[in-house]
Amino acid sequence: MSEYLKTERAKEWRTALRTSLKNKDRVAIPRVQMPERDPMVRRHNHDEVNLGLTPEQAMGEARRCLDCANPTCISGCPVEVNIPKFIKNIERGEFLEAAKTLKASNALPAVCGRVCPQERQCESQCFYTLKLNKEPVAIGHLERFAADYERESGQVSIPETAPANNIQVAVVGSGPAGLSFAGDMVKLGYDVTVFEALHELGGVLRYGIPEFRLPSEIVDVEIDSLRAMGVKFITNCIVGKTISQEDLVDEGFKGIFVGSGAGLPNFMNIPGENLVGVMSCNEYLTRVNLMQAADPDSDTPVYKGKRVAVIGGGNTAMDAVRTAKRLGAEKAAIVYRRTEAEMPARVEEVKHAKEEGIEFFTLHNPLRYEGDERGRVQRAELQRMRLGEPDASGRRRPIPIEGDTVWLEVDEVIVSVGVSPNPLIPQSFTGLEITRWGTIVVNEETMQTADEMIFAGGDIVRGGATVILAMGDGRRAAKAMHRYLQGEG
Amino acid sequence: MNKIVAKEYLSERVVRFEVEAPLIAKSRRAGHFVIVRVGKKGERVPYTIASANVEKGTITLVVQRVGKSSEKLCLLEVGDHITDLVGPLGKATDIEKFGTVVCAGGGVGVAPMLPIIEAMKQAGNRVISVIAARTKELIILEEQVREHSDEVVIMTDDGSYGKKGLITAGVEEVIQREKVDRCITIGPAIMMKFVAELTKKYNVPTVASLNTIMVDGTGMCGACRVTVGGQTRFVCVDGPEFDAHQVDFDEMLMRLKAYD
Ligand SMILES: Cc1cc2nc3c(=O)[nH]c(=O)nc-3n(C[C@H](O)[C@H](O)[C@H](O)COP(=O)(O)OP(=O)(O)OC[C@H]3O[C@@H](n4cnc5c(N)ncnc54)[C@H](O)[C@@H]3O)c2cc1C
Ligand SMILES: Cc1cc2nc3c(=O)[nH]c(=O)nc-3n(C[C@H](O)[C@H](O)[C@H](O)COP(=O)(O)OP(=O)(O)OC[C@H]3O[C@@H](n4cnc5c(N)ncnc54)[C@H](O)[C@@H]3O)c2cc1C
Ligand code: SF4
Ligand code: SF4
Ligand code: FES
Repeated sequence: MSEYLKTERAKEWRTALRTSLKNKDRVAIPRVQMPERDPMVRRHNHDEVNLGLTPEQAMGEARRCLDCANPTCISGCPVEVNIPKFIKNIERGEFLEAAKTLKASNALPAVCGRVCPQERQCESQCFYTLKLNKEPVAIGHLERFAADYERESGQVSIPETAPANNIQVAVVGSGPAGLSFAGDMVKLGYDVTVFEALHELGGVLRYGIPEFRLPSEIVDVEIDSLRAMGVKFITNCIVGKTISQEDLVDEGFKGIFVGSGAGLPNFMNIPGENLVGVMSCNEYLTRVNLMQAADPDSDTPVYKGKRVAVIGGGNTAMDAVRTAKRLGAEKAAIVYRRTEAEMPARVEEVKHAKEEGIEFFTLHNPLRYEGDERGRVQRAELQRMRLGEPDASGRRRPIPIEGDTVWLEVDEVIVSVGVSPNPLIPQSFTGLEITRWGTIVVNEETMQTADEMIFAGGDIVRGGATVILAMGDGRRAAKAMHRYLQGEG
Repeated sequence: MNKIVAKEYLSERVVRFEVEAPLIAKSRRAGHFVIVRVGKKGERVPYTIASANVEKGTITLVVQRVGKSSEKLCLLEVGDHITDLVGPLGKATDIEKFGTVVCAGGGVGVAPMLPIIEAMKQAGNRVISVIAARTKELIILEEQVREHSDEVVIMTDDGSYGKKGLITAGVEEVIQREKVDRCITIGPAIMMKFVAELTKKYNVPTVASLNTIMVDGTGMCGACRVTVGGQTRFVCVDGPEFDAHQVDFDEMLMRLKAYD
């Protein structure tokens, strides 16, 4: 890998570009600001918040990148995108080339540019962050720019596929793990069928992440391109229910990749949690995103609370609370038991939420809910917390302050305290090794399970992670399954 | 897309559909349900698989027209397609030789009861079916129920057919008359609540098939949650059948009104 990086970096155009501007001048350029929709307007609609960089802005930001001899940013990216190569292509105006570079290691750059927690991944390892104590190169914004440019140019290159080898492989689930696996396998010439339980494709990209953060059109384009490459998609088909493990084998599938995600919502098991108006984040977001419940023509109803509390501090919680605002909440609040510093959500989402008028009750944790005579939630009792010693995760443990509680008036509560692995496959497949958390055990290098023909990746293995990690798993599984099916291991 | 191959009115508001779904027909067992969506703006709604024909590759749904979504479905005709249909979902009914089994089905609940009656009979049980409705016209599937039951008791609220009275009266009469080893009840939540209260009094193990609000039907959302024995359970994956004596019916009744 590093040899390859060196050769690429030594190319004439890269060297010329590098010497065209002094590093001193590069580091003096301020980081680009992503153009955004006005918070006062956007909190009433579902349009995408980030508007994307203009070509001039992107080229300007690309100039900041120092094209480091040791590009540490790459080590922060789970799929090792060749970051300087794609950025330098933007700097010289070769946007399609930049998109191609991205696609060599990342099947969904338009998605990742939007949803990766860059501040914890690539951008956290940028030279600017590590050594200059300055804002990192906006790798995510640039990634989005290149991918969007390619899509909007109408010149999306359908990757070449190897001649068909007529070997059938099955994919369980159409989330990012399944999609990236499917893309790599179809390129290698396999006959790939993706089975999806829901009536729409994309997994969390479809039913979880809202339109204002990831327009579904972007997911559609990616899926269409896989379809054009020959991947078959079967919706409304639950592997383990509609068709069994044996059915798949009998039908001639030689390998199975399980990317069934972490779809099981956690509740806190506190009094009043089953009151009407208290629901899981998955229910809320599924109604709004998958079932389009906010559209007056949709048959699916959704609660439109005026005073909404969302419990949790992750991306899911931010998505829910900002959705609630858009559905007309007068007050929409995050209730989180630690402080903002410990919030797992992307920094940008917290910033956007604040701009949109979301209230934050940090160091608060719900104890109980009470309802009216019809069983509708009316108020939540919150325990005040303080931070103690760091726990196993390295985050400081929240400790209740005895006797210090407050009541919050609410008419809707959305519980967003994490998800567990989807139990459908662990319960219906034989031959897999399952942990006590319900995740599937795999060889971390190959993603192969205890059953040699079955591979797995994404949230069903990790128990809840990120889009890019799920995609990285899909890639590794594809590589390893290819070796396995070619009889090399 | 699943094609409707037959349609029949069982009563003014209850329609029986035969729908092409070969994979589901093959894998389903008594007690399983499907989720159906009609039209691109349609909602996902659960219906029990009343029967299946593996050779023809079809399943039968019996649908009562109550509101928007069931009406959309009921308006479809032979040759039309159901936009989305997924299943089989839920856990299958626990079928064993228990001895004497009372199957208490109210209203459209008789339809999902039918495959259970059949399977219980086949397993060697003495099956007494108590079917009930408000009035004569709403008693459905009587003939099919008779075919597989040792005895059928019909109850109507207004006495227009069978005996006059609620389903509980019919069930109580059987329990007082002979030893009942198990009771299964399917129908409106309020009816199941009263059947459960009755059989608890007589210590007859009872299973209720719960019809909560659902979205995905695969364990992903928790909309269908109920409290059983003090614990939160998801009807779509842990049920739909539960020990009726442990179910918090009052909470369920309250949650069913969430979108009224
Ligand atoms: C609201 C929300 C916001 C998020 N925001 C971010 C973010 O900003 N950045 C980020 O990196 N990550 C984010 N995440 C996390 C990220 O989306 C997940 O880590 C990622 O989607 C996992 O991908 P996956 O392919 O493993 O599973 P999923 O995306 O969960 O897809 C699994 C698919 O498998 C299907 N399935 C399950 N069982 C079966 C079966 N038996 N047969 C057929 N199909 C089946 C499911 O219906 C589903 O479509 C967010 C998650 C949520 C819920
Ligand atoms: C496991 C199971 C099996 C069932 N089997 C049958 C059957 O075989 N035959 C039959 O006639 N009925 C059956 N039902 C009930 C059926 O799903 C409801 O009657 C139907 O959803 C009513 O919808 P509606 O819009 O026509 O009625 P309305 O009463 O107008 O519903 C109002 C609103 O309440 C919500 N709602 C109510 N019930 C449900 C539900 N179950 N799922 C999702 N949303 C709901 C919807 O948002 C709906 O828009 C079953 C229910 C369950 C859970
Ligand atoms: S895929 Fe994600 S982590 Fe990798 S470079 Fe792109 S934005 Fe950064
Ligand atoms: S570490 Fe930062 S400056 Fe260096 S190559 Fe990577 S993005 Fe460019
Ligand atoms: S219907 Fe969503 S979990 Fe049961």
